[in-house]
Amino acid sequence: MCLRLGAALGGAALAQQPATPVNEQQVHEVAAQLRCVVCQNLSVADSPSEMAQQMRAIVRERLAAGERPEQVVQYFVDRYGEWILLSPRGRGFNLLVWLFPAVAVAVGLAIVAVVLRRWTRRRRAAPPAAAVDAGMSERIRRELDGGA
Amino acid sequence: MIPELGSGTTVVALVLALGGAAAAAAGGRAGRSALVEVAQRAALGVFVLVSFAFALLTYAFLAFDFSVRYVANNTNLGTPFYYRITGVWGALEGSIILWSWMLALYTLVIVLRHRRNAREFYPWVLAVMLGVLAFFLVVMTFAAPPFERQTPPPADGRGLNPLLEDTGMITHPVALYLGFTGLTVPFAFALAALVAARVGDTWITLTRRWTIVAWYFLSLGLLIGGWWSYHVLGWGGYWAWDPVENAAFMPWLAATAFLHSVMIQERRRMLKLWNISLIIMAFTLTLFGTFLTRSGVIASVHAFTQGTIGILFLSFLALVLLVALGLVALRWDALRAQGELDSVVSRESVFLLNNVMLVAAAFTVFFGTVFPLLSEAVRGVKVSVGAPFFNQVNIPLFLSLIFLMGVGPLIAWRRASVESLRRNFLWPIACGVLAAAVGFVMGVRPALAVLTVATTAFVAATIVVDFTRATRARRRTGEALLPAMGGLLLRHNRRYGGFVVHLGILVIAVGVTGSQAWSVQTETTLRRGEHAELAGYRVRFDGLSASEESNHAKVTGTFTVSNGRVLGVLRPAKKFYPQQQSPIAAVDYRLGLTEDVYLVLGDFARDGTEATIKLQVNRLVSWIWLGGVVITLGTLLAILPERKRPA
Amino acid sequence: MTRLWRWLIPLSAIPLLALLAYGFRTNPRDIPSPLVGRPAPAFALTTFAGAPLALETHRGRVVVVNFWASWCYPACYEEAPVLERGWRAYRDRGVVVIGVDIQDRREAAEKFIRDFGLTFPNAQDPTGKVSVDYGVYGVPETFFIDRRGRIRAKHVGAVTDEVFRANVERLLAEPEGPPGPA
Repeated sequence: MCLRLGAALGGAALAQQPATPVNEQQVHEVAAQLRCVVCQNLSVADSPSEMAQQMRAIVRERLAAGERPEQVVQYFVDRYGEWILLSPRGRGFNLLVWLFPAVAVAVGLAIVAVVLRRWTRRRRAAPPAAAVDAGMSERIRRELDGGA
Repeated sequence: MIPELGSGTTVVALVLALGGAAAAAAGGRAGRSALVEVAQRAALGVFVLVSFAFALLTYAFLAFDFSVRYVANNTNLGTPFYYRITGVWGALEGSIILWSWMLALYTLVIVLRHRRNAREFYPWVLAVMLGVLAFFLVVMTFAAPPFERQTPPPADGRGLNPLLEDTGMITHPVALYLGFTGLTVPFAFALAALVAARVGDTWITLTRRWTIVAWYFLSLGLLIGGWWSYHVLGWGGYWAWDPVENAAFMPWLAATAFLHSVMIQERRRMLKLWNISLIIMAFTLTLFGTFLTRSGVIASVHAFTQGTIGILFLSFLALVLLVALGLVALRWDALRAQGELDSVVSRESVFLLNNVMLVAAAFTVFFGTVFPLLSEAVRGVKVSVGAPFFNQVNIPLFLSLIFLMGVGPLIAWRRASVESLRRNFLWPIACGVLAAAVGFVMGVRPALAVLTVATTAFVAATIVVDFTRATRARRRTGEALLPAMGGLLLRHNRRYGGFVVHLGILVIAVGVTGSQAWSVQTETTLRRGEHAELAGYRVRFDGLSASEESNHAKVTGTFTVSNGRVLGVLRPAKKFYPQQQSPIAAVDYRLGLTEDVYLVLGDFARDGTEATIKLQVNRLVSWIWLGGVVITLGTLLAILPERKRPA
Repeated sequence: MTRLWRWLIPLSAIPLLALLAYGFRTNPRDIPSPLVGRPAPAFALTTFAGAPLALETHRGRVVVVNFWASWCYPACYEEAPVLERGWRAYRDRGVVVIGVDIQDRREAAEKFIRDFGLTFPNAQDPTGKVSVDYGVYGVPETFFIDRRGRIRAKHVGAVTDEVFRANVERLLAEPEGPPGPA
């Protein structure tokens, strides 16, 4: 991906571009973790709003100045609180929301296991209804599949 | 005159609906068909009245009748004709009247279709439908009246929300609401079955097509919403896990689970309790969705408003939940099944697993959506739960579902022998592994993408294997190829309709994977004549132009796109509406089967010499919309009337 | 399942409904600021009149920093007279009101200032850095900074005379004390 940088700008409210090229992918990755504060539920990376553009510029600048991605993210968290993170940090109370899916699936699978056991046990207890002759069903199957 | 006429009609409709519901319930309880007839006539009357009110409101929009406050707030003299029609349901009050009208329409169809063939259920179904309709009419009368008079009538209105000036406006809410309201029908039948203590599979057979139709419209609504988001909102994405998007997705998940597990009850008479619970879940999630959209409890891009209407919806949600679950508790004994199964390796098990995944996904999305509220209640700290979270936790669930989609149709009911497993799945598994290897060799690196490729190939192969084998069997009777295929599709339209829908889901899955894993984007500022390059495309900034439209000012950028040779010109714009605080981005794009070039205009210099653009090359997004077309075809096939003559 | 246990099923819906009802008491758009109690971030801007405007020069005074925009209707339009009144009433008592205009066009902002006759210093924040530094997520937002340079209160939405007076009086009543941490 080749990035062509614009020159330094005058005029009203155009984003400042840093002097050294920054990996746009990195900017995108950091910005994707942050919530755009003026739109609902979009990330700073995705949002077309002016505020998001300014925030992306700040991210770009900080990365160009040598900050690590986690530091840039923390900069925003220090000012906006945890709310600015689009994905809750997996610590403390927030673990609830992260563990919930796995727990839900585990509980579901456990219930299915119990139910299946009960169903198959009941089947074995009751005598099977008019058992179809195994030989006959095999012949039918083979005929349907083709080949004598 | 219109405000009073409309309000009067609404009140009369409300009275009729309440009376009808009561009459139907009383008639059902006492077994008096005369009362049920009264309810039936009330239902017809309500339909006529609500249709009239709807038409009246539309007329007010078309005629610029600003004496109606809703019209004044949502349109102005510059609003184009087309958007004056779709603007009718562009805000809260109109959405309620649209919802009510659809409920009335469905009730009418129920009256026409089921008054003879569902004797025990009919009174209660009617009671529930009219009861729900009455609730929405209550909202329309007291909380969100569309026919309030504006005094004095202003000279010009405020205008429609510019984001709604799009063709998506005619299809997205309509499809989505048809899906939501459509779920009321199986729900009504389920409650009727509980009340009448006829919890066997009659109510399931009666509602089979209703469920498919409602499910289809929900799917369509979701896909159109994604399309709208992609081509209007200017962020290059189609799904943001916004709380209200989730609110439409959860009923879809529950409805999909319901659609599948009723097949078990139809064939094997098992899972009665589970099926009733699923449809109750689907319907209450629908109500939860309307509650979310209108109560302002959770911030969302869709949120219409806050206020007392939220309390109304929450109360109704509570009422429905408590009554439905109370009925389940009441009929508990009848619902306990005597299920039987020969082997764990069987279609029943696969369907159960399918349900586990879908319901777990629904619960996950639900918990994630309300978690900010929970965190604030418990910890006093506000957190956000957004796309990164939902994507991460849902992907394993959906991948498992896709895998099950391949296994389910080919595995036998009751017990699948090792022989049949080998016969059915050897080739597909080989295909899956082969596809994964090919993908890896071709440079597909994220493990998840490789896995998706493998699973998708596996499922596609199962469909092909089944279809070829069945066609070959038919041809053995001497039929030519095409008639054999056609005859197969028509004779077993349920099965093959389902296959086609599964194929559509596969296509969508490929589209989603491609767009998430392989899309690239960049943001840059260009001077006139300069170009940006991305993924082999070169975008040159040619200039800006300003224009005046009927209700907004527009600044359009001209950009030439080439990839070796000139492909075309893109004209993304920024639209400045007087009543909006910030401009609306109008994106421009080149759609392709494998790639979309997507351009958003950001800031620009006043004199047109410079512009900031966001350029994206999105991969495989068109497959998502194509998948929607395939799903449509599959659904049409599945709901065809059953062929009675022998193959 | 005994006869009574089954009624737990409908009852289990109640905690969920309670949680949703709790939602009515909260405002999802009202985010508490982690900056309250911490030193106010420094800024150096240029006013519309061309004069330099820096936070440090006002150390020792109570500072009211207001973020606004000309398109923010109706809230900014309601509070502009409130701020001007507060400025005129308290400027001789060691209070300074500073307006920071964000995401706005210069002509529209200057018109806003002219229309409301604002005499307190106003500057534009063209890159948005100051607004992000202060954790601003919408307009209007107002920060009350004490004499030692710490943010003591944040008000989201239009400021009223009572809010202005209450916060300023409270901070004026405090002794100056040593300067806060840099």
